[in-house]
Amino acid sequence: MTTVETAVGTTKTMVLNMGPQHPSTHGVLRVLLELDGENVVSAVPDIGYLHTGIEKSCEDKTYSQVITLTDRIDYLNPLGNNLVYCLAVEKLLGLEVPKRAQYIRVMLVELQRISSHLVWLGTHAIDMGAMSVLLYCFREREEILKIFERFSGQRMMTSYIRIGGVALQAPAGWRAQVKSFLEMMPARIDEYEALLTENRIWQGRLKGVGYLSPETLVAMSTTGPGLRAAGIAYDNRKSFPYSSYEEFDFDVPARTESDCYARYLVRVAEMRESLKIVRQAMDKITDEGPIRAEAPGIVPPQREKMKTEMEALIYHFKIFTEGFSPPPGEAFVAVESPRGELGCFIASDGSPKPLRVHFRSPSFINLQALPKMVEGQLIADTVASIGTIDIVLGEVDR
Amino acid sequence: MTQLANANANAVVEQLRAWNPQAVAQVIENRGETTIVVPCELLRAAAQHCKENPALNFNLLSDVTCVDRFPVEPRFELNYQLVSIPRRERIRLRTSVSTQHPVMDSLVPVWPGANWLEREVFDLFGVRFEGHPDLRRILLPESFEGAPLRRDFPVEGKR
Repeated sequence: MTTVETAVGTTKTMVLNMGPQHPSTHGVLRVLLELDGENVVSAVPDIGYLHTGIEKSCEDKTYSQVITLTDRIDYLNPLGNNLVYCLAVEKLLGLEVPKRAQYIRVMLVELQRISSHLVWLGTHAIDMGAMSVLLYCFREREEILKIFERFSGQRMMTSYIRIGGVALQAPAGWRAQVKSFLEMMPARIDEYEALLTENRIWQGRLKGVGYLSPETLVAMSTTGPGLRAAGIAYDNRKSFPYSSYEEFDFDVPARTESDCYARYLVRVAEMRESLKIVRQAMDKITDEGPIRAEAPGIVPPQREKMKTEMEALIYHFKIFTEGFSPPPGEAFVAVESPRGELGCFIASDGSPKPLRVHFRSPSFINLQALPKMVEGQLIADTVASIGTIDIVLGEVDR
Repeated sequence: MTQLANANANAVVEQLRAWNPQAVAQVIENRGETTIVVPCELLRAAAQHCKENPALNFNLLSDVTCVDRFPVEPRFELNYQLVSIPRRERIRLRTSVSTQHPVMDSLVPVWPGANWLEREVFDLFGVRFEGHPDLRRILLPESFEGAPLRRDFPVEGKR
């Protein structure tokens, strides 16, 4: 029994359940709050309501079948999940991905980052009472989802990033669509800032709330915007570049105040940096070129070849019936998801199905710091703190 | 994919060996990643050394994972991913515990962030962590019986 549960039934403090059904917990998160009036004496998160055994299911599927499961872990960052998993498998295989495919991956993952931050901003704002911002953010997110639909046929669970590259060739008309998005977006971000950044109520609700020192954050294994808002500019795209990020010119925004307001500023600045990266990626992607590595036995052959050449047909058949077997060993790859360090650990035993797939999910780990952020503050600040961590329960629970 | 990560991997092994030669039972280099296999009774001290030695400075515990190597003994292989943020380096420490005695020292005294990570391993694999302040299930309901991520637990579950 937790310390909070022992307080149930006493008269000094009251224990309230926040969640698992609650609009401000952003998913099925239950937080047991021990309250003294409106002050939070202690808070204990209770998770697992969205646990669907994804990691166990991965062990029962071939390496390429796992990709569709990865979309659903952090459901606001499906391309990021695809990417980290595919990078880990490619590492196990020693597979080189063609540059053009890497640039497409970078462009789409950065668009995904913007769309994720838009959801974060919209929901965080509506938690604080700024209802219009939600609709404005979702309006821009629609444009990004339309881009994803053009590329992959899917708005969210794209499974577009595959082992060796990306699933399909870049569609006709993609450049014009991305360009018009890039032209529209900066002014929209200015709009959000005009509504929020200097707003007295916004500042009043967020400044000084949910403070954690940088030492505490590192000790609690927090990564992502929460850590960068405390002054530690740790970003996997810069520290351990992957998928050609070293070729892109962008900054890593950081602040030092380490409160909810600083995290807000960091994420808004990150949206602007992502726009820079998308523009550079768009310029780097040539109109023609490969989208997947040439790796017979691992990457399925082109459909035309499969229909005309015997060898290609046999490879296709073997890949989709037996699957491919990476050499035994382990690999851990981490990418920078909108929430922090998203890692994928794969252990291979030389069979077509992975022995173990584990996702180091930033939301799960960042959520540990919630009690420290929240104890001693008001319930209203709890709502701000949960929002500022930016959790996605699919990733917390897997 | 560039690998800045392990240019100095040998330096890490050297430092650990200099601190305690028995801490490094085996070094595995694969695909640019370095794994140091540490005997389980020395792992907490070795991890603490990795954190506190200024030449190593692995200040962030990124991940704690378990791999069930059933039917090979020792069965539960624990993998600890450490990151040195200032030195931009990653290292993996590995140890194993057996089926008969699936107990490991908790790293919570070294990194408070190990709390939920170890609870997850306890929940899904049944490995206990000595010295953990709050070792109970985290993802599964309290009433759940068994350790579902063990290899001998069926994917569809038990009825």
